[in-house]
Amino acid sequence: METKNNPLIVEMTGIVKRFPGVLANDHVDFDLQPGEIHALLGENGAGKSTLMNVLAGMYQAESGTIKVKDNIVNFSSPRDAIQAGIGMVHQHFMLVPTQSVTENILLGLNRPRFRLNLSEYDREVSELSDRFGLKVDPRAKIWQLSVGEQQRVEILKMLYRGTDILVMDEPTAVLAPQEIEDLFVTLKAMIAEGKAIVFISHKLQEVMSIADRVTVLRKGKVTAAGLGAKHTTRQELAKQMVGRDVVFHLDKKSSHPGEIALQVENVHAGNDKGLKALNGISLNVRSSEIVGLAGVAGNGQRELAQVITGLRKCDCGEIQLNGESIANKSALFGILRGIAHIPEDRTHVGTAPNLSVTDNVIMKQYRHPPITHNGMLNLNTATKFAEGLKEEYDIIVPNVETPVRLLSGGNLQRVILAREISGKPNLLVAVQPTRGLDVGAIEGVHRLLLSQRENGAAILLISEELEELLSLSDRVYVIYEGRIMGEVKIGAMEPSNELIEMVGLMMTGTPIDKIPKGGD
Amino acid sequence: MPGTPAIKTTLHLKQPRLRIHLEPRLEEPPRWYPAAVSLGAIFIALVIGGILIAFAGGDPIASYLHIAESSFGSVGVLSDTIVKATPILLTSLACSVAFRMRLWNIGAEGQFIMGAFGASAVVLTPILPASTSPWIFIPVMVLAGMLAGALWGLIPGLLKARFNVNEIISSLMMNYIAIAWVNFFVFAVWTEGGFQMTHQFPENAWLPRLLDYAKAFPILRGLTTHLGLVLGVVAAVILWIVIFRSRWGYEIRLIGDNPRAAQYTGINITRNIVLVMMLSGALAGLGGMSEVTGVIHRLQTSPVAAGYGFTGIIVAWLAKLDPLVAILVSILFGALILAGREIQPSGVPKMIQGVILVCLIASDFLLRYRVRINRTGEEA
Repeated sequence: METKNNPLIVEMTGIVKRFPGVLANDHVDFDLQPGEIHALLGENGAGKSTLMNVLAGMYQAESGTIKVKDNIVNFSSPRDAIQAGIGMVHQHFMLVPTQSVTENILLGLNRPRFRLNLSEYDREVSELSDRFGLKVDPRAKIWQLSVGEQQRVEILKMLYRGTDILVMDEPTAVLAPQEIEDLFVTLKAMIAEGKAIVFISHKLQEVMSIADRVTVLRKGKVTAAGLGAKHTTRQELAKQMVGRDVVFHLDKKSSHPGEIALQVENVHAGNDKGLKALNGISLNVRSSEIVGLAGVAGNGQRELAQVITGLRKCDCGEIQLNGESIANKSALFGILRGIAHIPEDRTHVGTAPNLSVTDNVIMKQYRHPPITHNGMLNLNTATKFAEGLKEEYDIIVPNVETPVRLLSGGNLQRVILAREISGKPNLLVAVQPTRGLDVGAIEGVHRLLLSQRENGAAILLISEELEELLSLSDRVYVIYEGRIMGEVKIGAMEPSNELIEMVGLMMTGTPIDKIPKGGD
Repeated sequence: MPGTPAIKTTLHLKQPRLRIHLEPRLEEPPRWYPAAVSLGAIFIALVIGGILIAFAGGDPIASYLHIAESSFGSVGVLSDTIVKATPILLTSLACSVAFRMRLWNIGAEGQFIMGAFGASAVVLTPILPASTSPWIFIPVMVLAGMLAGALWGLIPGLLKARFNVNEIISSLMMNYIAIAWVNFFVFAVWTEGGFQMTHQFPENAWLPRLLDYAKAFPILRGLTTHLGLVLGVVAAVILWIVIFRSRWGYEIRLIGDNPRAAQYTGINITRNIVLVMMLSGALAGLGGMSEVTGVIHRLQTSPVAAGYGFTGIIVAWLAKLDPLVAILVSILFGALILAGREIQPSGVPKMIQGVILVCLIASDFLLRYRVRINRTGEEA
């Protein structure tokens, strides 16, 4: 299959890696040529990250061989892999927040030996960043940087160590659309210099636009090996990923919105650092309606969700749920009035990791009968409740006593959805409900949101996936720097390119009334 | 699961032909495993302790036998062991409920002392005349002791809840205030003829002991086990039910595991900080009350402030914050304290305590990691 004049830089054959109860990699073959971007595609839990962690020396394979530049290697730590020129940029960055970019890049190297001549190294770092278009100030402290910039620091760290094989684990998951563009420019600059890149992703569109070749993993096995990206289609890859044809069009019934359920009027609020995050937001959500909030991450979406759900105080403005003021009340006040909240951060906010599935699904209902009587928990009822949800929402766990920290991302999200939706909410605030989930799980979440809409709930969907917002929402507001730039109605039809362009312009800070009308 | 790249803790201890890998456990170990690991750790600790005893010129086996005999060898010493275990049990319960919520109450010692003070005040102020029936005396003293302890826990609790003052520091400092407070009363107000102690309590204000019933059951002669044991065990059972079966306990566990999730669920964390610190203080205070009315029968600083509050911290951890397990661990520690007097004051048994603690805490990582030994010879 491979062109013979392009020798392989990495050749992995028959890789087997087992975790307790899971065969994460089942005789997987993978190869990489210099100067190419090879995408590794698959659902969550398909074994993509595991395979690359084996290559990068984080895990040791149980069997199989790895050849790097024609040598059989056996890495026992990431340090060995880096010495062989393999660097991995993980989903979660490993940076010291209080240190500068240069200091982070030097960390772990034996340079400088004694005198910390930082300005010299700063220059080296900026040269390197110019070369690959990785814009970042070498003197900036990590905590001052956006997520996208931090990722650039991680890439620089690898380049500085002379990496010529770069593994990127879901690099776009944390990036805004513009940052994704920048990243792709960088990656192309790197392959132009002959470096080889492995691009782990579960987003078909991205893979199609950036990769030269694609390998698809499903349940630890290769289902498509090294396909040329130009010779395949999205539908074909999706089929290989999930093993069945994915329906890209949602079965969305026409909308019949009811009364205004949530009314947000001129709300101002700060963020965690005390800086202004919301600058006079006004919006409303009707019952039986999904209203999307589009915007690049960090423009106040998180704070808005927190203000509505009572987790953050607002400086001024009014929020009403079915005519009753909920501004600056407690979280409990909202919960008791039927506000459900799917938080952005599943592990740190949405669940208690060491408590069982049962303990986690009763989090919103433990206050009342039948779960509690006279202050005492009824464990039988709670367990039955949890088992019922496990069946209904297809949560895959051996039993409901399992601590939720052992659950995969998709399962964890199902636990949260089951909990929030089973309370039959009046208002559902869903923040990034499909982030990090695989195609099948995303579809499940979408169906659940639509069924809630049919059941009369008002849904505020906050997402960075434009495609998701446009396909699910009845209306979409666009937020930019804590202000609403405009509102668009989405019909039952496929959204037009003009509409998408409009939303894109608003997301980058153009108010709707300043957008020149198309067609003239 | 694959796809969770949070696993970065692969440790390598390189040896020529032997590689030890530590991998984080991705699934729950079987139910028997934690108990087996703990027992194994205690065994290893005893071996280490034995080696140290041998170094000091002693015979380890004889020493251990002696320790066992002097704390469990007869009904009499067993009773003494239980008397020692009772205050430890109550302070360990105090610590476990606070620690369960990740509130680091280091002030059980002070709360214990204040509990002793509160109970003593009932006799010494006097709030109740010396002729009061024990049926009234004891419940009032229980309440007074718990109230005084709760008050002592309330202060760091309020500071934490209102001003986010670190409870480790504030509760620790409260210990010294408690000692000074009681010293003042013992020296200046309630002193008996200038001695550093108050007069003895009337017998109506003593907790009943087994030896009180020796007339009817001669076998109980000389046994000093007192009602405090019952108070402790009942408190342990109630606390277990509260933590694992009640709505409040669920909130405590949720806050302890993930405060942000608790906040998101609408739980009032500051209110719970205050309540749990009060409950913790009340339990320690009950311990102080039990010690002063069951054993010492007068208020006197040094036997009350004997460090039970600190031993309680250790016991709470060893019991993995489980109130029922705390009963067993307290008895083990009571035995070690008793054996300490038997063998040599504060020597070997304190050391064994320390070694057991280190081994048990170290063994905890076996619950979170699995060890793999690979006999791979080839290097690259």
